[in-house]
Amino acid sequence: MRPPTPSQTVGPFFGYALPFAEGGELVPSGHPGAITVHGVVYDGAGQPIPDALLEFWQADSAGGLDGGPGSMRRDPVTGTFAGRSGVGFTGFGRVATDADGHWTIRTLTPGPAAPGTLPYISVCVFARGLLHHLYTRVYLEDAAGDPLLDSLDADRRATLVARPEPHATYRFDIHLQGSEETVFLEFG
Amino acid sequence: MSTTPPTPEPQAVIDAEMARIQTDADKALADGGQEELQPRRDYPPYRSSDLRHPKRPLVAAREAFTELRGPVFGVTDVTELDSDLTRQHHGEPLGERIVVTGRVLDRDGRPVRGQLVEIWQANAAGRYAHKRDQHPAPLDPNFTGTGRCLTDDEGRYTFTSIKPGAYPWRNHQNAWRPAHIHFSLFGTAFTQRLVTQLYFPGDPLLAYDPIFNSITDERARQRLSAVYDHDLSSPEWSLGYRWDIVLDGPSATWMEEGR
Repeated sequence: MRPPTPSQTVGPFFGYALPFAEGGELVPSGHPGAITVHGVVYDGAGQPIPDALLEFWQADSAGGLDGGPGSMRRDPVTGTFAGRSGVGFTGFGRVATDADGHWTIRTLTPGPAAPGTLPYISVCVFARGLLHHLYTRVYLEDAAGDPLLDSLDADRRATLVARPEPHATYRFDIHLQGSEETVFLEFG
Repeated sequence: MSTTPPTPEPQAVIDAEMARIQTDADKALADGGQEELQPRRDYPPYRSSDLRHPKRPLVAAREAFTELRGPVFGVTDVTELDSDLTRQHHGEPLGERIVVTGRVLDRDGRPVRGQLVEIWQANAAGRYAHKRDQHPAPLDPNFTGTGRCLTDDEGRYTFTSIKPGAYPWRNHQNAWRPAHIHFSLFGTAFTQRLVTQLYFPGDPLLAYDPIFNSITDERARQRLSAVYDHDLSSPEWSLGYRWDIVLDGPSATWMEEGR
């Protein structure tokens, strides 16, 4: 096995490079199946983090994981981002937190990607001060029978389950540290 | 917001902390410990890491079907000009023109094909085209410092740019980041995601930098250093650097050929 290239922090200045137009709009506003997922990223002192970058990857509503190109379409005329086509589903989103540490995506409820698991949205967290990104998952509902959730005690389990709000909206806060620290994952 | 100490600490304080951690890491390795292939998330000399790293151990992900696949990108997501950072404005940027190229591989040495590579960097004076960077170095109206491309069938990427300058920051008093280019990469699986920084060989600032030295293994640190390659330099045009990248994490081996 070749040794990997080490990670380094995304730093404070990714904002003019990585975010793209409609990065959090995996489906267009008004899409009949759209759900909104949002939350705040907190540090170990309970302060919101205004310079985090979150990426989302998920199955489509039928559980398909093929994704598709076109998340960050470029306009060859102007050399800027053109926005998504509004057709098809890429399964990928990217948003920076705002000055309140808040983020929002609009997407589809992921379908079951594998038997014997609950559907979830995979999240990758980057921030200044974070030397190596972190993975977590947003589960939109809690139920018995998911191998990861069932491996956690109740307090820890709760950090992975979004809280339903009115109008097909879910709240999912991320705590990088502290008593409510989110469960972060490693892959063997 | 965050608690800034009233007087910035001198470099010597950071150096002493870094040296202590390095000595302990070297001893652990000499005593038969595992190579630390990645930076430490908890690295006190990098002050911002203090409140931004988890204190509980990571949890082994069970049944990672979703994470073993990942986003795909295509010709709509990049334009040809995106990989040449010197041609994004009407005029020529100031600085030393460079070409940076290399291959993106998985840990088994297989090329990562058709995947997205994104970069961003400061200009030749060390200033980012970002409103939050207000330090007194000039902006260059002909340089933004962002680029992207898709890897080819051999996993190769190539960017034309200018060599970034050193960048002052406020981790401690008289803190300077070594010249670096930020890289963002995707593999065939979301687990292979990588954001990192390329450094230039022989940069004297590397020894003083807590971000670089958060990687406590000397060989692992060297993997972030590009190699000057004279065969990549072009007469009266540009200097060439080579940097191969190996993505960590399990890859989507079972469907790699299909992509």
